[in-house]
Amino acid sequence: MSLTREQVEKVSLLARLRLSDAELETMTTQLSAIVGYIEQLAELDTDSIQPMAHAVELHNVFRADEVKPSVARSEMLANAPSADGECYLVPAVLGD
Amino acid sequence: MSLIEKSAKQLLADLSARSVSAVEVTEAYLTEIASHDAKVGAFLRVDAEGALAKARDIDQRRALNQPVGHLAGIPVAVKDILCSRGEVVTCASRILEHFAAPYDSTVVAKLKAADAVLIGRTNLDEFAMGGSTENSAFHVTHNPWDLSCFAGGSSGGSAASVAARMAPLAIGTDTGGSIRQPAGLCGITGLKPTYGHVSRYGVVAFASSLDQVGPMARTAEDAALLLETIAGHDPLDSTSVHSPVPPYSEWIEQPLEGLTIGLVREHFGPGLDEEVNAAVRDAIRIYESLGAKVKEVSLPHSKYAVATYYIIAPSEASSNLARYDGAHYGYRTDERDMLAELDAQRKALEAAGDKKAAAQLDTALVRMYRRSRSEGFGAEVKRRIMLGTYALSAGYYDAYYLKALKVRRLIRQDFDKAFEDVDLIAGPATAAPGYKIGERADDPLAMYLLDLYTVSANLAGIGGIVFPCGFSQAGLPIGLQLQAPPFEEDRLLRAAHMFQRATDWHTRRPALT
Repeated sequence: MSLTREQVEKVSLLARLRLSDAELETMTTQLSAIVGYIEQLAELDTDSIQPMAHAVELHNVFRADEVKPSVARSEMLANAPSADGECYLVPAVLGD
Repeated sequence: MSLIEKSAKQLLADLSARSVSAVEVTEAYLTEIASHDAKVGAFLRVDAEGALAKARDIDQRRALNQPVGHLAGIPVAVKDILCSRGEVVTCASRILEHFAAPYDSTVVAKLKAADAVLIGRTNLDEFAMGGSTENSAFHVTHNPWDLSCFAGGSSGGSAASVAARMAPLAIGTDTGGSIRQPAGLCGITGLKPTYGHVSRYGVVAFASSLDQVGPMARTAEDAALLLETIAGHDPLDSTSVHSPVPPYSEWIEQPLEGLTIGLVREHFGPGLDEEVNAAVRDAIRIYESLGAKVKEVSLPHSKYAVATYYIIAPSEASSNLARYDGAHYGYRTDERDMLAELDAQRKALEAAGDKKAAAQLDTALVRMYRRSRSEGFGAEVKRRIMLGTYALSAGYYDAYYLKALKVRRLIRQDFDKAFEDVDLIAGPATAAPGYKIGERADDPLAMYLLDLYTVSANLAGIGGIVFPCGFSQAGLPIGLQLQAPPFEEDRLLRAAHMFQRATDWHTRRPALT
């Protein structure tokens, strides 16, 4: 199956990426080739097979609910592109 | 024998006997880095000062007869995807170029506790996505055996650093072959442990159900030494398993008896290079001469492994990499420029009377995410995020992701069945002995097919080891891969050691001048 440029553009929004015209063009061709290859899985009958999400099928790994020290806020904010010492700063989210 | 020719095991013996100092060992390796790394490009950063300070501290403690750790004084190169507190960890991506880790990954913490000398951070494909280290945002890593070839990937920097004698030991990660494939291409020994055997805490996530950290070294003995240092259950990683960690480096001396080795029928089909085929078959004959029986086995679903992997890994990656949003850490686009761009677009649409398009324009926050990510990620990372987002999107989930999870179980069942008859599965690590830089750069699908022999182990969650079993006419190493049932790392290491006692391929050294 080949993807259309419109589909690729829609996926780029879902993925929070922004692709140039040239990138959209290349991505459409390349993703179509990869998806075409992947579609060989359709020839397998898997109706009775349970999906395997993990190699080690562990379930409900709990720990005791105890307070433990974590990284200081100042250290976490040190990597922020923009912060005011307490919070991360981002462009205005609500309209004016 | 010069210091850099000695194995880590020999160096540890010399260090304990105080016939050599940790400073001398570290300086010897720093000299090799200074001589060769401009050509090879294995390292992203070398910490000569930190390494020497650590080496001096160890020498002092040894002189005072104070206790020292399991790897005291041995240089270790670490793939630049494991967090080390206070140090930059880039994942070879522009998006993390200035990111300093706020905590230690468990593996790095264990190396520090073992008094390893952390000598530098090695190059990789961006976020470990790739098989050639060509996808690093900073530079390509060249194969020390032929500088016009790539070192493999994604742990190409770690593999090249060990092959070129710039580090005796290195840490890699393996999501679809990223330890084993570069180990094969660079002629070293690399082991991907069973999923859950080594903690992933503090390892920047690519595909969480597949990622594993493992040792890279020149010999199986040295890989054993490193594995026993880093393996074991970690409460900080909820997928970590309560598996015992035997003293691999002691047990390795014990040869395996009554070994049955399986040859996978599907691994020797068309597409396999004739020199690789011959070297692998010679290697099997060596095992036979050591008493092993050989049996043909079938992994009927192995031809679907690459397709399955390239649904599951990008799906997990698209989710994991959603955290790079330009808000919490990492690269953010120029805000003023971004707002001006949005404003100009809105005005243009309004002037054209296209109210619908103007209303659908990104909000400032969404545009910040999109621009930051598009400027920060390289082409391969974007491709995989797109592929994963597509596979998980409404209308396609069942056809792709769910289907792939079902085939994943079939692949695992193939291995379980094969291991009823054999102790180990042997085969080639890669289809050819080396690839030129740029050869497949424009064809992602051709690049993905390089993972043919390695991805199944990640999907099944089993361990695998690769080590050299010959050289091509052109002088490039050829790797043999052994795979074992879950948590049989001991079997892999002992089998590799048996081979290395009978052969000397692993002692060859690339001629770098």
